Amino acid sequence: MIINGVTIDETFAEAFDMKATRVLITALNHRWARNAADAMTGFATSVIGCGVEAGIENKLSARETPDGRPGVSVLMFGMSGKDLSKQLEKRVGQCVLTSPTSAIFAGMHGDETINLGRNLRFFGDGYQISKLIDRRRYWRIPVMDGEFVAEESTAYCNAIGGGNFLVLAESQEQALTACEAAIDVMQRIPNVIMPFPGGVVRSGSKVGSRYKALPASTNQAFCPTLKGITQSQLSDDIESVMEIVINGLTDDDISKAMCLGIDAVCKLGAKNGIKRVSAGNYGGKLGKFHFHLQEIMA
Amino acid sequence: MNALTLTLREQPRHALDVSFLSPDRLAGLDHEAISALPLCNGNRRQQLSGLFDIRGDDTRELVIRNSSKHLHGIGTGMASGLIRIEGDAGDHLGQDMRGGFIEVSGNAGHWAASGMCEGTILVEGNCGEFAGGALPGDRQGMCGGTLLVRGNIGDRAGDHLRRGHILVEGNAGAYCGSRMVAGTIVVLGKTGLKPGYAMKRGTLLLCEIPEQLPSTFNDCGEHNLGFLRLLINSFATLDTRFSELCNGNCRVRRYAGDLAVDGKGEVLVWV
Repeated sequence: MIINGVTIDETFAEAFDMKATRVLITALNHRWARNAADAMTGFATSVIGCGVEAGIENKLSARETPDGRPGVSVLMFGMSGKDLSKQLEKRVGQCVLTSPTSAIFAGMHGDETINLGRNLRFFGDGYQISKLIDRRRYWRIPVMDGEFVAEESTAYCNAIGGGNFLVLAESQEQALTACEAAIDVMQRIPNVIMPFPGGVVRSGSKVGSRYKALPASTNQAFCPTLKGITQSQLSDDIESVMEIVINGLTDDDISKAMCLGIDAVCKLGAKNGIKRVSAGNYGGKLGKFHFHLQEIMA
Repeated sequence: MNALTLTLREQPRHALDVSFLSPDRLAGLDHEAISALPLCNGNRRQQLSGLFDIRGDDTRELVIRNSSKHLHGIGTGMASGLIRIEGDAGDHLGQDMRGGFIEVSGNAGHWAASGMCEGTILVEGNCGEFAGGALPGDRQGMCGGTLLVRGNIGDRAGDHLRRGHILVEGNAGAYCGSRMVAGTIVVLGKTGLKPGYAMKRGTLLLCEIPEQLPSTFNDCGEHNLGFLRLLINSFATLDTRFSELCNGNCRVRRYAGDLAVDGKGEVLVWV
């Protein structure tokens, strides 16, 4: 398949089961909601080293938030509900509770829940106040700028992590420009996040390493500087490869995001140095979700 | 099916215990069985049909017409359904209610919503004393649900309130929220003597500065409290003036107390 001179490889992205939750962070204005969310989702690019993968899903207007203030929604993905709970509590405690004027609310509702403010309330040292409003419990924790309001818990659900595609270009600049174009449209899609810096990862990995301590290492087949000494997947004219990793609540969400992202890349086309779009997989052994590029773009 | 409608033929001279009048307890009974329900009227036993004209057969919706302040205990233990009372209701309206909706077009007597756990009671007129309060000997008053009073509410409203909301569009009597354990009382009008007396926790939200707060409440200053918007937004479904409270800001003066009993409650006065 060739779109605007860009070859779409006959391959698939391999994704796996995860658990996900959504929280809504509000503040006096968008700037401070964003500050809290940025801190909370920092160092959350990969479960391999960060425990969870997280990102800002959406900017919310005052009309879309429970307390009528501007906010953002954050999606957080973990390998289990337990991992998610542990990381969520830590990150809310260190990054949202501490952020001026912030409040945090559940962005998902269901039977399976994890703690949000349930234990953070003890920061109030006995001065915390509980309020049960519309069957949902909130904690008011006195802090130096007033009160931090945190909903007691949020729900989590089954989700998918590891959707991806690779952009193969003639130069670094061209690969990055194409990825930026893709991220710009993918960020508008609900229920997905691209957890890496700016949504783009330049260090795509394979499972395992020659060093026993490492669970993952560089994907040499896509490293342009190793073309001559490995079983490279790159032709001579490709000088740079960048990857966009997508986590989503359902496979439809990921497919939609991949389709729009690849479409944005292809719009730049071969004349802008974009040669191929490929995807990372592990031969189908790691995850049960396979996103076939040509099917998605058909 | 039409709503089960009971029309009181004449105002009774004695107190009548009609605590069996709730959709749950009438469910499954046919017209004949409902008509034969026993009632103590003074020192006489009568059948329900001796006092009421009975029409309709849908027990999920009960309408009491020409109702009287002598009809006590309407909706006791009610878990679902609707009771519409045209006229006044007596004491213990919605006692131990666990769900459903009761609407009173007139006034309600004392102890309305006492022991209520869930559901909504709307009183278009005034409410007597100890609304949402604990019965003598009980340690908890209302422990869930919402009591909305469009008129005034008597003394000791929310005494020992454990959870839930009491919303008063008019004035509240003395000792409003006395001995509260938790929950929320909101009063749009004036409050009588010593609101929040001996409250342990909970929130008393007032729109007017009370004439006299207990001396064991300490002024904590004016603040914008974010949870108020959540609280007020939750009243939007009730068609009340409360939902308009947050149109501007959510700025209140906070008095913490009652310090005589731990002081974790608060009286918030809208500014």
